[in-house]
Amino acid sequence: MNLTRVAAIVLRQFYLMRGSPARVFPLFAWVALDIVLWGFITRYLNGVAHASVDFVPALLGAVLLWDFLTRVMQGVTLAFFEDVWSRNFLNFFATPLRISEYLAGLIVTAIVTSVLGLLVMLLLARAAFGLSFLSYGLAIAPFLLVLFVSGIGLGVFGSALVLRLGPASEWLIWPIPTLIAPFAGVFYPVDVLPVWMRAVSRVLPPSYVFEGMRAIIAGEPTPWGALLLGAGLAAAYLVLACAAFAGVYRGAIRSGLIARYSAETVS
Amino acid sequence: MGPEQPGGLWRLGNDAGVKQRVAVADLAPRARWSRPESPRPSRRAANEALASRARMRYENRVPPSAPPILAVEGLCKSFKSVRAVDNVTFHVAPGEIVGLVGPNGAGKTTTISMILGVLEAASGRIEIEGVDLALDRSRALSRTNFAAVYAPLPGNLTVEQNLRVFGMIYAVEKLSARIEELLSRYDLTRHRATKAGLLSSGEQTRLGLAKAMLNRPRLLLLDEPTASIDPSSARDIRAGIADFVDSGHCGVLWTSHNMYEVEAVCDRVLFLSHGKIVLEGDPKTLPQAHGAASLDDLFVAVAHEASQNRAPR
Repeated sequence: MNLTRVAAIVLRQFYLMRGSPARVFPLFAWVALDIVLWGFITRYLNGVAHASVDFVPALLGAVLLWDFLTRVMQGVTLAFFEDVWSRNFLNFFATPLRISEYLAGLIVTAIVTSVLGLLVMLLLARAAFGLSFLSYGLAIAPFLLVLFVSGIGLGVFGSALVLRLGPASEWLIWPIPTLIAPFAGVFYPVDVLPVWMRAVSRVLPPSYVFEGMRAIIAGEPTPWGALLLGAGLAAAYLVLACAAFAGVYRGAIRSGLIARYSAETVS
Repeated sequence: MGPEQPGGLWRLGNDAGVKQRVAVADLAPRARWSRPESPRPSRRAANEALASRARMRYENRVPPSAPPILAVEGLCKSFKSVRAVDNVTFHVAPGEIVGLVGPNGAGKTTTISMILGVLEAASGRIEIEGVDLALDRSRALSRTNFAAVYAPLPGNLTVEQNLRVFGMIYAVEKLSARIEELLSRYDLTRHRATKAGLLSSGEQTRLGLAKAMLNRPRLLLLDEPTASIDPSSARDIRAGIADFVDSGHCGVLWTSHNMYEVEAVCDRVLFLSHGKIVLEGDPKTLPQAHGAASLDDLFVAVAHEASQNRAPR
């Protein structure tokens, strides 16, 4: 893998963001709004419930972690969509650029943008609502890692879908996190789900993070084994997503789709 | 020797038998894009100058024993039931400009797409400087570059940003200096901070060519590089590319619908029809050999025959 070529993909995204507040603003704005909204909801719930449960780490923490996953996924897909929107595939793929270098560039871009979003969320949640990641202890590292790898995998898979189905299929990609959320048990224990939904949640890496988070808040020991399983699943899905992207790319080279990629030519 | 007088001094340059130019008149209006101080030569004179350079390149070309820059063998590609490229074989030698012409749908762009690695051949082989494209795509394409009217650079990056991003992809050494050189050569210095999408079509074409020259490619693929630009800019583009070929033994595959351009610039021309090479030769002598008054007439005859053959389908 040629790191200069990876850096070129990242630099392109940096140039786009530097010259466009419209691209930078959403990195912080929507996640900040989510934190404010859920921050007040948790404050209200803490006031009326009179329960021993603190809703701040349970609900606000869940929102923050879920937004992080969504942000990571969008970091990959938005970087990919920039090439879709500017019809840049022919320019990029008729160069020595390897598909692994292109994907690595998208992933590095997603790391940078999602870390920026995470920092803003953390600062806001800490300053306004007193949420601290320290309350999760050491488990916060695997929490973030599993969600990060899951987000990257979703982003790469979403990009493969758009490459295969065409730019018009963008609308299929945006709601993916919303589609997964009910199964992942972001706001409630997986036990409350019907059996078939529980079966789905068992193959979703984020469900292990949110179950683990609730266990720690309830004073139970950190479920390291379950987190390890979640991390393994997330890594496997990432490998599968990259293989799917490479497979779709090879198919596009075979059919000539890359050379004439546009909304009109793919359907 | 004035700019309108073709000719120059050429000789064998080294023991390897590679011929090098020792001295040659500045036959093109200018290699750079900066506006010339003296009046431009007439279109006819400029074309004659270019044709003379092409003739010289042909006469002084690297011996056939030298490995070709591009070797295409038995290339085939079908789209459903349509045979787009049918057993195409040709080569491009160092220092040679080869024209690839034919009516719309003849298979020119399909052939170029396969050489660029963005379309997989059903069968056949493509080698760029001896590197098999199918086996080592990245290495083969690192010696190649292209410009095509249908592949504008991202309009949301500035001229300089585009050149930097693609320069990094091609791993160009001393990139900043190379960018400055190309900005100056293609008269883009004042547009360096302009978004590519805001450039005129002529400026976008020049940017595409500057990108194509970034890595000093050994194989340059040009798909209608002068389409949709004015005759004056087109002339400069032709001269600039001829100059580039003269200076460094690269090979060029050039598609165009402008037969005057092909005659002026190309050392050899390949006529494609229905995905097959139906004619090949020196664009200056080919029309006579086939009873046509000009290359334009020959093209029309080939296109007419192609449409007649297609009609019964």
